[in-house]
Amino acid sequence: MSRRLAIGLCVACCALPTGVSGDDHVRVLAASCAACHGTAGNSVGGTPKLAGLDRSHFILQMQSFRDGSRPSSVMHHHAKGLTLQEIEQLADHFATQPRLAGQAPRPLGGM
Amino acid sequence: MQRRTFLKLLGTGVVLGAFPKASWSGVPVQGRVIVVGGGYAGATAAKYLRLWGGSRLEIVLIEKGTTFVSCPLSNLVLGGSRRIGELTFNYAGLDRYDIKRLHDEIQAVDADKRQLVLSDGDRLGYDRLILAPGIDFVYDGLPMLASAEAQAIVPHAWKAGPQTVALRQQLEAMPDGGTFVISIPKAPYRCPPGPYERVSQVAFYLKGAKPKSKIIVLDANPEIVSKKGLFTRAWAELYPGMVEYRPNSQAMEVDVARKIVKTEFERVRADVLNVIPPQRAGRIAQTAGLANIDKRWCEVDFLSYESRVVSGIHVIGDAVSSALPKSAHMATSQAKVCAAAVVALLAGNAPDPQPVFANTCYSFVTDRLAMHIAHVYRYDTAKKIMLPAEGGGVSERPTEQEGQYAYWWAQNIWSDTLT
Ligand code: HEC
Repeated sequence: MSRRLAIGLCVACCALPTGVSGDDHVRVLAASCAACHGTAGNSVGGTPKLAGLDRSHFILQMQSFRDGSRPSSVMHHHAKGLTLQEIEQLADHFATQPRLAGQAPRPLGGM
Repeated sequence: MQRRTFLKLLGTGVVLGAFPKASWSGVPVQGRVIVVGGGYAGATAAKYLRLWGGSRLEIVLIEKGTTFVSCPLSNLVLGGSRRIGELTFNYAGLDRYDIKRLHDEIQAVDADKRQLVLSDGDRLGYDRLILAPGIDFVYDGLPMLASAEAQAIVPHAWKAGPQTVALRQQLEAMPDGGTFVISIPKAPYRCPPGPYERVSQVAFYLKGAKPKSKIIVLDANPEIVSKKGLFTRAWAELYPGMVEYRPNSQAMEVDVARKIVKTEFERVRADVLNVIPPQRAGRIAQTAGLANIDKRWCEVDFLSYESRVVSGIHVIGDAVSSALPKSAHMATSQAKVCAAAVVALLAGNAPDPQPVFANTCYSFVTDRLAMHIAHVYRYDTAKKIMLPAEGGGVSERPTEQEGQYAYWWAQNIWSDTLT
């Protein structure tokens, strides 16, 4: 593990109060983006990193996925399912995540 | 915890120095959470419990295997564009989260005492238990397929691993002009588009290597369960004349030695036969009495994934009874809602009353072309279930770009689950 990541993760979890519903709502939603964008928005590659994205850039992208002005392969199907308030909360959330190198697990190979 | 168990935990080699920090130093831990099952759901729950619960939780992950083999992408092993070793990982990436890892198969849950019974009879207490047992196969209707010997001839290959490789070897050994027959159980089963992706992958291989061959799809469902239009078109355009699809064709009986499947209407002979049996929540959910829906699936509270039958036990992933697709992404999203709720509950707080999360399933129809189905799911306070939000849907057509994104989806979800 890189030392930087360890520290980053620590900051990420210490900075967030635990057990508060309002925070949980956006935190869990944001975490569900990780399947494509990596843990805390730190994609290992192929998709854009969301960690540290500028708030207004984020909101603009999500709005243009919704109205189709930015063509997308899959993001329109996610952006259209969110409320405007959730998009703003997600923008705030990702803007404060530290931008780190994504960690890909190494396949064991063989067979 | 008994001394032997403690030693076993140490024996995993992960705990050195990290072991019960809090309990050793006398700082009271907020609680011990045990996660049973190290698939997408369980591994994710263990990691996010640490990320969100901080250092005051003691987290134990119990998984019988020492390797993680990804079901997503495993159909590509049948198509020949991936090797199973590329989809196989260990759990070392989770060690940094101070998760005590125990490779063992638990015997039972003693819910009254809040204890697990390990394979050697040792007991391990918990404050909250999260079960992520995945699926087991139901052989009541097809008892002839229950044995390992039968499965060597007619594999299910519906848990990625040796059977995936065996099925690939059977396809390699099949003569050109042979027939591949696949039997699909009634929904719900793990990975709704998976069987149809498998048909596409086998067709991809046969088109290149054995173009005179045929594929017969015996589907117990009245129609293709997921991405129907996309798969129908992909088969017609990419593999014309190769795939015969037969709806309402449940396997009633299998002649294992001769590879013949009997449905209500016909007997179908195969050169390579793949029967995906009906499924239910994994064994431990059954023995712990949690599978209250059709004796197959576990009913949960979608705010916390706590069982509706036994308190203190949460169930996540494919074992959950719901209209939600049993996908890897869904398993990780449920794990995160559950982890956040368990952290909240142990701190005396209420879970988020309206969870929302995203889900996507990609399917490959060749080695490079893929397509998706994607929805945001939102808790419905009246119905008390997760429902797909407006605005989701499927790709217009499979593309190479989505093939790339599907590959990166896998890389990112592996990273999120295992590191
Ligand atoms: C199935 C994979 C997938 C999921 C899940 C997903 N994304 Fe995306 N995201 C993409 C892809 C791929 C792109 C590039 C645009 C496209 O083709 O859709 C993208 C682009 C974006 C961008 C534009 C970034 C930029 O700088 O241009 C934002 C913002 C974004 N996603 C936010 C999210 C959020 C928030 C979520 C969770 C609610 C999410 N995504 C879930 C795949 C995904």
